[in-house]
Amino acid sequence: MVATTDTKKIVIEPVTRVEGHGKVTILLDENNEVQQARLHIVEFRGFERFIQGRPYWELPVIVQRLCGICPVSHHLCAAKAVDRLVGGENLTPTAEKMRRLMHYGQTFQSHVLHFFHLCSPDLLFGFDADPAIRNVFGIAAKFPELGKQAIFMRKFGQECIRVTAGKKIHGTGAIPGGINKNLTIEERDFLLKDMDQMMEWSRGAVKIAKDYTVENLEMAAGFGSFDSSHVGLVREDGALDLYNGGLRAIDKDGNTIFDHMDNQKYLDFIAEEVKPWSYMKFPFIKSIGPEDGWYRVGPLARINACDFIDTPEAEAARQEFAAVTNGKPNNITLAYHWARMIEVLHSAEKIQELLHDDDLQGEDLVVKGEPRREAVGILEAPRGTLFHHYKIDENDQVTMCNLIVSTTSNNMPMNMAVTGVAKKYLSGKKEITEGLLNHIEVAIRAYDPCLSCATHAMGQMPLKVKLVDCEGNVIDSRTKGASW
Amino acid sequence: MSQTVTLTIDGAKIEGQPGQMILGAAQEAGIYIPRLCHKDGLTPHGSCRVCTVMVNGRPMSACTTPITEGMVVENDTEQISSLRRDLIDMLFVEGNHFCMFCERSGNCELQALAYRFGITAPKYPYMFPDRDVDATHPDIMIDRHRCILCGRCVRSSQEVDGKNVFQFVGRGEEKRVAVNAEAALADTNVDVTDAAIEACPVGAIIKKRVGYVVPIGKRLYDHKPIGSEIEADGAVTAK
Repeated sequence: MVATTDTKKIVIEPVTRVEGHGKVTILLDENNEVQQARLHIVEFRGFERFIQGRPYWELPVIVQRLCGICPVSHHLCAAKAVDRLVGGENLTPTAEKMRRLMHYGQTFQSHVLHFFHLCSPDLLFGFDADPAIRNVFGIAAKFPELGKQAIFMRKFGQECIRVTAGKKIHGTGAIPGGINKNLTIEERDFLLKDMDQMMEWSRGAVKIAKDYTVENLEMAAGFGSFDSSHVGLVREDGALDLYNGGLRAIDKDGNTIFDHMDNQKYLDFIAEEVKPWSYMKFPFIKSIGPEDGWYRVGPLARINACDFIDTPEAEAARQEFAAVTNGKPNNITLAYHWARMIEVLHSAEKIQELLHDDDLQGEDLVVKGEPRREAVGILEAPRGTLFHHYKIDENDQVTMCNLIVSTTSNNMPMNMAVTGVAKKYLSGKKEITEGLLNHIEVAIRAYDPCLSCATHAMGQMPLKVKLVDCEGNVIDSRTKGASW
Repeated sequence: MSQTVTLTIDGAKIEGQPGQMILGAAQEAGIYIPRLCHKDGLTPHGSCRVCTVMVNGRPMSACTTPITEGMVVENDTEQISSLRRDLIDMLFVEGNHFCMFCERSGNCELQALAYRFGITAPKYPYMFPDRDVDATHPDIMIDRHRCILCGRCVRSSQEVDGKNVFQFVGRGEEKRVAVNAEAALADTNVDVTDAAIEACPVGAIIKKRVGYVVPIGKRLYDHKPIGSEIEADGAVTAK
């Protein structure tokens, strides 16, 4: 690939081993120095529009169709909003615990899928290893024990969803003001028989992620890392809470920007900006402004933002995590993996705790109160804070919907990471190899983006890179199909 | 009337009462003939044609054809199944049926029939018609996207409820179920306890705010195919 013009553009399309479809463009000058790098999300679905006119009780079931990876997030987030529409936000213990079991099961399976199936090939084989083995099948061949854990841990999480929602994917468990079933003794015992194994494997997963981060700390610190604010839900006492809590934002040094704001007024402190080159919006903290107000969400942001974790083993893991940055927020992009595995352990502990709670066999499933016409639901999806906002009319039909999906909040951070890695690894290189391009994808993957959800769009996420001159002529391109 | 009529269905000899329709006689004998527009207790309509059987070599709707002595009926043959599959298929594509989020899923006769006939995706192209929703009534909603024009609501309202809430208007592609009011459902004398509301085989007429209350696994057709209640018990009474 010989460039004869002054400026070149590399396009990575589609990006692989992430959920959804996106592309990366990298602009090079005449010396092959990276001038600009951007992650574009190029799909559009329009959920916010086409659910208008539908009755509100359909929302948890229809909106979850945004995603096949963590539909439970949308199911429960919509349900939380719909609870308020029927005045049933103070759930019965059985309803809340059933929903939590569903949510922890989902977080567990989604994180496991991401770490073992999508990312471990990069971490265990190297970013520029032969792509023929740098995939989940390569993992299964070389590390069969890990391959087995990947499958059975994911299965366990999916079973938690099945017994609470009726199906492993796209169930109907959460209904306005509650849940449509409790947990039978048979279902409880079915999950309990694998619980000890799941705990053990979760500890192992934390160790893999921790060891990788600590052993490669210097590389990781320079790999698409940057200072940022962090946003996540925390319980009233500051504990990590994935299902319910108040929103907290901290800056790069850990100073509070806001804490336990009224979730119903999220628009007072979060706004979104649109840029012409992406279907994905750019949210920002209003008090700081669009330029510097962007923030990170997801496991890294949550572990940074919480004061502690209320399950003992995950809390011990969090303390080790915090010690690496002397208690200050960890701004290392690749540390997302470690934080994510701490949440896997936390989810396993929570599932274990719930399975021993008799409330799950309770019969009191639904509450209702004074109806409302507008409501907001917020929860922590595996990929970060999720906002669902609905308005309905006097006929129970949806008139307005606004969704701020986790990956959307990580839009700017992913662009920062892509730019950082491109500048560091691609600048000045005569030839852009597949291995070099995978470095870009490794940075994106750390955020576990779900581009389908983020644009409320659909599709797979293969990756294509094009080298284009300043007049738009393609000089060279490299395309990778979805790897599995 | 003590006289009986003898006929065969797929070679099996059964007996029925004079004046009885093929569908009813078959049902009493424990033979299920698929149907959508037919509902026990309502005047037979013969419009959906899903109950089509071969009578002495000719296709007839089983719900409107009276039995006669020595009649030879074919019901469960590949030729008829293929015909029924096409009919069900066309009902799907000419409406906007999204089973994945429809609250009638699992309790829907159209969906259950599709499963019974092994239809996982329609073979005809979707028509995506532009239809509307009438949610004006405080307790009842009409979602015309899902209406299959079976007329069960029309007949139930007239024959069981003694009202006249629903009626067909338009022809061909324009045909739809209208309500007997100047504007909308809220202006009619319909009540949530009306038989007409329960009569809908699909999710076109629904009670508000009760969707999804029955968990997956406990719904009508979650474990057994539609019609199996007739096949399991030959003594089901048809009127």
